Amino acid sequence: MHVVNLAAETTNPLIPHTAELIVGAIAFTLLFLVLRSKVVPMFEKAFTARTQAIQGGMERAEIAQQEAQRALAQYTEQLSKAREESQSLREEARAQGVAIVEELRAKAQEEATRITAAAHASIEAERQQAITSLRNEVGAIAVELASKIVGESLDDQARQSRIVDRFLDDLEKSK
Amino acid sequence: MPLLRFLSQDGEGFVPPSTSDFNLPPVFGDNPYTTKPILLVFLSVIAVSVFFILASRKAAILPSKLQFAGESIYGFVRNDIARDNIGHEFMRFVPYLFTLFTFVLTNNIFGIVPLLQFPAMSHVSFPYVLAIFTFIVFHYVGIRKQGIGKYLKDIMFMPGVPKAAYILLTPLELATFFIVRPLTLSLRLFANMFAGHLLLLVFILGGDHLLKGVIGLKLISPFAFAFGIGLTFFEFMVQCLQAYIFTLLTALYIAGALADEH
Repeated sequence: MHVVNLAAETTNPLIPHTAELIVGAIAFTLLFLVLRSKVVPMFEKAFTARTQAIQGGMERAEIAQQEAQRALAQYTEQLSKAREESQSLREEARAQGVAIVEELRAKAQEEATRITAAAHASIEAERQQAITSLRNEVGAIAVELASKIVGESLDDQARQSRIVDRFLDDLEKSK
Repeated sequence: MPLLRFLSQDGEGFVPPSTSDFNLPPVFGDNPYTTKPILLVFLSVIAVSVFFILASRKAAILPSKLQFAGESIYGFVRNDIARDNIGHEFMRFVPYLFTLFTFVLTNNIFGIVPLLQFPAMSHVSFPYVLAIFTFIVFHYVGIRKQGIGKYLKDIMFMPGVPKAAYILLTPLELATFFIVRPLTLSLRLFANMFAGHLLLLVFILGGDHLLKGVIGLKLISPFAFAFGIGLTFFEFMVQCLQAYIFTLLTALYIAGALADEH
């Protein structure tokens, strides 16, 4: 224990050494200069760049979002416009369709009337024709028949025709 | 002690580690500038410089692992110590506080780095130097900011205190600002490192000594080593904490000197 005490007495740990004081001051100053000139500015630069990058990114994102919203509004507007347009087109088409149908119907009606009229006319004409030819034919047949029956030849054209007419008139009357 | 002496095989008493264990002879001849702590301090300057120059060299927006590690330490000093305590003028003091923190931390941690295993801050000269620097810095800042007259007046005659109290307060404040602050700053760091190293020496050397003893003591020896290892982790915590405290107090002193009223 004596040795220990002696040793402790010879070295009071609170007394600084000159060499260490000098070295400590120099070393610390050296480190300070290095860190101040080389390290701190670089880290600050990185921090600033990062902050700016984040801010820039946020700004870009904001712009993009605004852009997207504008596009969305535009599309919505276009869509509603298109919808309106299609609605009006549909209305128009329907109206047109109705008109066309009406027109066609009228035309068809007209056509039908015309065809009917034409048919009537032609039937009438044919009937008249048939009547005329029948009249002649029946007249001839009847005269022939009568002449055969009577045995008398009705050569005279005028008489013949008169007889036939009379006969036919009688026929019509008896109907 | 007599029991130990009795039990040890070779009969030699166990000499507990003492302050003399901190007196390391020069490595090269008689040159007093080549002692272990001095070489360690220089090593710390090189190691810290190299590490941070490499870490900060690219200053990339997306940091590499190395840059991230460096930035984490720098950001801790810059934001948590400097900015939070000093306020808007903090950037001026970041280089100083950053140097202080890394310098003290590295030299403290040398205490548990294998092969180095000596905390340079357990030699009181280094904490003294740092405390003197801090002393100069915060007084200089206060004088520059407020003028020497107002600065000293604010220290000696604290505003908003009854006049009679100055009999007590003035000497106390003067002692606080010019003696107690630098002294406690340096002695706190020194004593923690000194005691920590001594504690590790006790358990490691003690365990070693027990290993040389009779069989019963050999069996106890692992416990001493285990304690030594446990204390090494504890020391790591203390080393980081002391570096933090030294830097934090410096920042607080600067903040106080910058503030209009103390």
